[in-house]
Amino acid sequence: MKVTSRAEVGAAEPAEARAKEKIKIEVRNLDFFYGKFHALKNVNLTIPERRITAFIGPSGCGKSTLLRTFNRMYALYPSQEATGEIVVDGADILSPRQDLNRLRAKIGMVFQKPTPFPMSIYDNIAFGVRLYDRLPTRDMDERVEWALRKAALWDEVKDKLTQSGMSLSGGQQQRLCIARGIAVKPEVLLLDEPCSALDPISTARIEELISELKSDYTIVMVTHNMQQAARVSDYTAYMYLGEVIEVDVTDHIFITPKKKQTEDYITGRFG
Amino acid sequence: MTLYTRRMWTNRFNLLMSLFATAFGLFWLAWILWTLFNAGLAAVWSEVFTQMTPPPGSSGGLLNAITGSLIMAGGATLVGTPIGVLAGVYLAEFGRRGWLAPTTRFINDILLSAPSIVIGLFVYEAYVFRVKHFSALAGIFALALIVIPVVIRTTENMLRLVPDSLREAAAALGAPHWKIIMLVTLRAARAGVLTGILLAVARISGETAPLLFTALNNQFWSTDLNAPMANLPVVIFQFAMSPYEDWQRLAWAGALLITLSVLALNIFARVIFRNRTTSY
Repeated sequence: MKVTSRAEVGAAEPAEARAKEKIKIEVRNLDFFYGKFHALKNVNLTIPERRITAFIGPSGCGKSTLLRTFNRMYALYPSQEATGEIVVDGADILSPRQDLNRLRAKIGMVFQKPTPFPMSIYDNIAFGVRLYDRLPTRDMDERVEWALRKAALWDEVKDKLTQSGMSLSGGQQQRLCIARGIAVKPEVLLLDEPCSALDPISTARIEELISELKSDYTIVMVTHNMQQAARVSDYTAYMYLGEVIEVDVTDHIFITPKKKQTEDYITGRFG
Repeated sequence: MTLYTRRMWTNRFNLLMSLFATAFGLFWLAWILWTLFNAGLAAVWSEVFTQMTPPPGSSGGLLNAITGSLIMAGGATLVGTPIGVLAGVYLAEFGRRGWLAPTTRFINDILLSAPSIVIGLFVYEAYVFRVKHFSALAGIFALALIVIPVVIRTTENMLRLVPDSLREAAAALGAPHWKIIMLVTLRAARAGVLTGILLAVARISGETAPLLFTALNNQFWSTDLNAPMANLPVVIFQFAMSPYEDWQRLAWAGALLITLSVLALNIFARVIFRNRTTSY
């Protein structure tokens, strides 16, 4: 595993480094239930602004569940429930007064499998923008191009914007979904195993893209792949059986974990 | 005999039986089509499309019956499609909790398998008997009652095939529920929904029993929705049972016409469904 020290946080002590960061999301005493199943147990966590935070842990440990509370995606399903507080920019988003559509416009999400809409590439991007902005055609064209360039897809699709989004390859579809997510200019991007359905080349492109997006967005990603967490993220949280075991600067998690459980998972003795 | 050769022979035998069963089914189908074409083409086709249904012994065509059938099938589709699609959307998108959706689904299944003569009798009792005359409107009403459950069922099934991940993806952009349904899920399922509507049209275009009790028949040209209206199935029924040869010939022509249009609708439905699913 390649270990690089990161300019902002690499050398400093973890506690100091984290104290300097501006907090974007703060999770307090979060519990989550799928019906009667207690999936997240008293989770406390902070997500720093304009950094990449990765959640790692074995299958079923609650990484995706935690991620899906940040935009309250779980609210689509009647039997799922969260208690506690998730404070984003000073407001508790778990409050019943929170407008879900506005929340989700501010906190974007990219899923495990690419999910292009059954419409043209252009409309796939414009769909989300049209929900909250009424842009003149020229501005919309610019926004679509901007988003596609950001997602490193523009050169491949600029001549076929009217073709169906579903005609693209898997890796291109996933970049289309990332472009769609950033086109609405959210503040936070949630990535739920964005590379798990992709080949190594597409994965590398998307990881590169994620690193570039960090300067503008707060990124939280779930990954099954520890190397990916080590390569891409600034902070890493290790989860097990619904609990956050350890959160720290990524290098510390991978080189000098404080908890035995984390070390066992990282070194492959478990999981 | 070794195990392998025994299996080989079993395989050959079963394959032969399957082929035989297929050939048996196709044989009758082909015979029906052959008879239809043979007898149907004997009619004077230039008159079929230009003249009204004649009294026995004189020449005539099916123009009023064709028009009546088109008006009533079209009207029933116009009435039944929006109701069916909306109800299907409710069942698929909102019917995940509560008692209303399962109940609706159960009643819809009963309606779906109700014999069409029962629907004809119902409309006769509920509408025709009260206004004291047969009418095209009653025919449209009866046919719409057949269209609705078919469209509800296919719309719901097709929407259920749309993966939840697509709904989540749209919701994740901040799209309100109604926009997710209109712009994403219905669009993803549109080929299937359209196919369902076309199959419903195919189904009602040959229905005789509901029209017998509602629109009845009309020897003359009429587009008045409040009066009895000629239509192909009832004309076929009447003319085929008659002793007059020219009437029988027209009945065959009508039967051929219905069969060909149903065939065309089915092929059309299949083509759009296939085109959409391969690109999906």
